[in-house]
Amino acid sequence: MSDDHRPMIECQAVQKYYGDYHALRGIDLAIREGEFFSLLGPSGCGKTTLLRTIAGFEGISSGAVLIDGKHMEDVPANKRPTNMVFQSYAIFPHLTVAQNVAFGLRRDPRGKAEKTALVEDVLKMVGLSGYGGRAAHELSGGQRQRVALARALILKPKVLLLDEPLSALDRKMREQMQVELIKLQRQIGITFVLVTHDQEEALVMSDRIAVMFEGEIAQLDGPEALYARPANRRVADFIGVMNFLPARILAETDEGARVEVAGLGEVELPRAQISRANPEDEGVMVGFRPETMTLMGPGQIHYQTRETGATIDEVVYYGDMTYYDLRLDGSARLDGRPRTVRISMRNVFGRDVQDVGTRTQLAWSPGSLVLFR
Amino acid sequence: MSQRSFEGSGLRIYAILYLLFLYAPIALLPVFAFNSGTIIAFPLQGFTTDWFAQMSTNSTLRRALGNSLTIAVSASILATCLGIFAARATTRFEFPFKGGIMGLIMVPMVLPEIIVAMSLLVVLLGAGLQLSILTVIAGHTLICMPYAIAILSTAFSSLDKSLEEAAYDLGETRWGAFRLVTLPLVMPGIISSLLISFTISLDEFIIAFFLAGNEPTLPTYIFSQLRFPKQIPMIMALGTVLVVLSIVLLAIGEYFRRRGIARISGKDSGGFQ
Ligand SMILES: Nc1ncnc2c1ncn2[C@@H]1O[C@H](COP(=O)(O)OP(=O)(O)O)[C@@H](O)[C@H]1O
Ligand SMILES: [Mg+2]
Repeated sequence: MSDDHRPMIECQAVQKYYGDYHALRGIDLAIREGEFFSLLGPSGCGKTTLLRTIAGFEGISSGAVLIDGKHMEDVPANKRPTNMVFQSYAIFPHLTVAQNVAFGLRRDPRGKAEKTALVEDVLKMVGLSGYGGRAAHELSGGQRQRVALARALILKPKVLLLDEPLSALDRKMREQMQVELIKLQRQIGITFVLVTHDQEEALVMSDRIAVMFEGEIAQLDGPEALYARPANRRVADFIGVMNFLPARILAETDEGARVEVAGLGEVELPRAQISRANPEDEGVMVGFRPETMTLMGPGQIHYQTRETGATIDEVVYYGDMTYYDLRLDGSARLDGRPRTVRISMRNVFGRDVQDVGTRTQLAWSPGSLVLFR
Repeated sequence: MSQRSFEGSGLRIYAILYLLFLYAPIALLPVFAFNSGTIIAFPLQGFTTDWFAQMSTNSTLRRALGNSLTIAVSASILATCLGIFAARATTRFEFPFKGGIMGLIMVPMVLPEIIVAMSLLVVLLGAGLQLSILTVIAGHTLICMPYAIAILSTAFSSLDKSLEEAAYDLGETRWGAFRLVTLPLVMPGIISSLLISFTISLDEFIIAFFLAGNEPTLPTYIFSQLRFPKQIPMIMALGTVLVVLSIVLLAIGEYFRRRGIARISGKDSGGFQ
């Protein structure tokens, strides 16, 4: 997705109060045409509220929402070029599948035969061919979701808004629907805005993700950048697992910083690997993901540049993966408290799972470290 | 509770006596309605349908019946329509003093009816209004409202709020969304509210007695006839008709109320359809 795409949705300094409660605290956002965009954050952070202000169900206290370049201030939800898939799906229980899907066509001047054909086309697109005559209560969760999708997509909206559409499904179904949603979005090419509290889901599905905490956007980035370079510790904690070790800045220039890290020693970190930490943070920290380091064992080879001594504290076996909690030599050097870090290793043929208490070496590279300060 | 805990405790006897006291008089209505004797006493004389025939030719009774039906139909429609507004407002929106306002609307349910009737009479006379079946309709609407709201609130609150939003999102107007989605889904509640309001109004005595002026309604007519022993067998016949009618209406009302709950909560309602 290139930057010259014009924004499909723009939020400019959007504020929203529910009485005294400040639900959205100045949201600035540009969602590009044709992208799969996610709003990710813990429950209660204001994702649904933001989605509903875009849909037009909630008014905003100040700021502006633009869709396709037009101010939406005086445009009610039923006139906006957006359609919504509700968290509960909101399938009309007194109508059949086909009647549900055709609901939005009531004001459409096209003939009956044409509409019927259109409904069948859309049902086919979501994998519900032949289900038109079913009653709503005869459908499974996954099928209800497809009906909700078809019902929204038949109107050819410029933007499809989805509020936690997969949260009610079991794990298998959810993973299957994730893939189907991505394919569907590529196929029809319209902008999708997804609300989710599941970081994995956001990473899997999105072109870009806005991470929200307490009514504010903490970081807006692509999945890889978000995972590898979280803007602050809170984002790092929310997305995946990240280890933190206390650190001390020895010298800092425009290019980067020389840092002493508890248990890892001195490293040079370029500016790209330095993130601004939250103001309330307790101090300078260095973070890294569990899979970026290699646990050494008999016959183990690696391409890392540094090695550090460690003792295995805990082993958690997951079948395809093993998690090791390691006590790093010298990790207590900076503040007197020894630290354990979590390392994940893929279980491959010929690499045995190591035992608790084993003395070992941890191989790593400064490139996988992120400094939070 | 197991049956054993009743045994030997006297509670079982109490329960039987209680039910007898409740239903035996009602069971006696049809017995004497078909009894050819004019005196309400055992032994029974013989079988007759004369009392029913006499009932259908009595012009005052016909007038009372006409009045009662007019009042009950009008009051049940009014109470149900107003109840729809109130039930939707209380289940959908937050507004200041909501609890207090809803409480005040529900109070007539527990307020002694004689007080409602008396104060209405004073106000209506004070305002210089003529007593007629219109004033009874107003009074009955007032006492039916709490029941209508109670039934309709259940219907509205078991409805997913996003259904109406979804219809609106799909391009319908607010009214269209209400008419096409909410209304059909709460229809069982509406029917149930209509029937129960109708039944309440049909046999209401105190308000009708105070506010009807010279117009008879069924209950006030029955009361006035009880002074004439000759008329009593016919009143028994009338009572029989009313009991049957009430049971049928309440059963239909309850059927629709349950069906509404089953339908909205997505439980299988196939058995009904
Ligand atoms: N209609 C409302 N009235 C008052 N507070 C609300 C309303 N809707 C949401 N909130 C509050 O706003 C905050 C954000 O809600 P929401 O956007 O639903 O969060 P999320 O979808 O991220 O879980 C929550 O604390 C919630 O209690
Ligand atoms: Mg939400």
